[in-house]
Amino acid sequence: MVTDQAVFLLQLVITGVAVGAVYSLMALGFVLIYKASTVVNFGPSELVLFGAYVAWATILNMKLPLAIALPLTLVVAILLGLVIERGVLRPLIGEPIISVIMVTFGFASVVRGVLNMAWGSDTRPFPALFSSEPFHLGPVPVSPVHLWSFVTVMLLLAAFSLFFKFSLIGTAMRATADNQQVAQSLGVSVKGIFALSWCIATVVSALGGIILGSVRGGVDFSLADYGLKVFPVVILGGLDSVAGVIVGGVLIGVLENLSGGYLDPVFGGGVKEVAPFVVLVLILMLRPYGLFGRRDVERV
Amino acid sequence: MAAACLSVDDLCVNFGGLRAVDHVSFAIESGRIHGLIGPNGAGKTTIFNCVTGFYRPTSGRVRFLEHDITGFRPDQVAKLGIARTFQNVQLFASLSVLDNVLVAKHGHMRTGVLAEGLGLPFVRKQEHAVRDTAFGLLDFLGLADLHRKPAASLPLGHQKRLELARALALEPKLLLLDEPASGLNTSETQALGEMLGRVRERFALTVLLVEHDMGLVMNVTDVITVLNFGRKIAEGTPKDVQNDPEVIKAYLGETAGAGRG
Repeated sequence: MVTDQAVFLLQLVITGVAVGAVYSLMALGFVLIYKASTVVNFGPSELVLFGAYVAWATILNMKLPLAIALPLTLVVAILLGLVIERGVLRPLIGEPIISVIMVTFGFASVVRGVLNMAWGSDTRPFPALFSSEPFHLGPVPVSPVHLWSFVTVMLLLAAFSLFFKFSLIGTAMRATADNQQVAQSLGVSVKGIFALSWCIATVVSALGGIILGSVRGGVDFSLADYGLKVFPVVILGGLDSVAGVIVGGVLIGVLENLSGGYLDPVFGGGVKEVAPFVVLVLILMLRPYGLFGRRDVERV
Repeated sequence: MAAACLSVDDLCVNFGGLRAVDHVSFAIESGRIHGLIGPNGAGKTTIFNCVTGFYRPTSGRVRFLEHDITGFRPDQVAKLGIARTFQNVQLFASLSVLDNVLVAKHGHMRTGVLAEGLGLPFVRKQEHAVRDTAFGLLDFLGLADLHRKPAASLPLGHQKRLELARALALEPKLLLLDEPASGLNTSETQALGEMLGRVRERFALTVLLVEHDMGLVMNVTDVITVLNFGRKIAEGTPKDVQNDPEVIKAYLGETAGAGRG
């Protein structure tokens, strides 16, 4: 016999895993950019917002069928990645890293402002891509939205892992992360790799935004808070490890759900939002290279 | 005189107030192994870095076959067919032996990111061909059995061979070797000399060799250019160069006879 308490716990864990997987997906983009170019992207939230809003605009505003709207959204996301890399970051090659980091922050604010100007700050209904009628996994009710978003994310992460491991471009990306100069001497266009990292980042963030929008049934600027979770995830998982990102995302998702479920009633709310960042601070103090990162990540 | 594979014309490189390379000109004929020697600080590696696009010369031109490659980026130079090795072996430490070689093959794919990401059949076919070539190279250099190992786990001798395999994977017309014998013992150096001979035969390469090991240089090179303090002081066959009084004074002066001449 399973008690209500246990069901509650399992529910928290399951939804935590589902949302955490989306964090992993978004964090993948962040880590790719860092690995390829050591640029820290301070605008992960805006990339998520951008994807969610473009998806909303194409599906509901322009009333395009999903089969057209989703690929179109991803194409627009790729264009955004190219604009960021070519227009904003490439002119800053050779400048101090602090300038490059600041410009990611500045550009993100511009993106947020443009979204606000174009579509306003009201909550926009987002189409449910998956049914929300819960089914029972043993005694635990599970909503299909969570299940399918988890499955989708895992398939995407698996596909990206295979791409990095087995395709020649993926190999060139790993080589660039390992030693940029030598990769160049072997004919790898490092600028091309940077651009590709940004495009993958904007695409996975857009996918994350679409999935989150679908899970929540609406998009508004509070989606940006989810994008910010990328920071605790990569600090927990390590900046240079794709496997770490997956584990880190799921751990953060579960942790915030548990703290929300058990501590919010005690403290009167807010713990859920804070918990991931408390972890960020603790990890930085105890294991600055992340749970799975290499100790020498700051080499060179 | 046969067509020049590489020509360096009136090259100057300044680092701040220091002139590291001072009006150096030389040409390498196709198919030759050309030595570039000189005491430490003579400017050999600086010239290497100008040819491979890592430095931009202060003045002067670098020509490769029919291209003027002065100021090209390293990846552009590589794509035209110039491969290099590094003074201190520089492998992708976290990648496998095979992946190290495959990186050089990335530029040979006639596909696109999207096609590769989707794993389309024509991409698969090309990737198979590329993998076969890479295996062939590892086999040629005796590393095929180790292809799954991380590059960092190999002993130095193997790492040097892997670096050579990776350079050859670019299918270069010109191969630049920066002190390939450093860190090797006498018998390993001898084996390296023999391997260079076989490499040249099999791949129809032109080689520019920077090396401190005079035995190796005198054995394998056809022509030698000698630098001292950024200036060219002599050029000719190994025999000519060894007997050049200027070279003996600058290079072998204090230890006359060390050149085994």
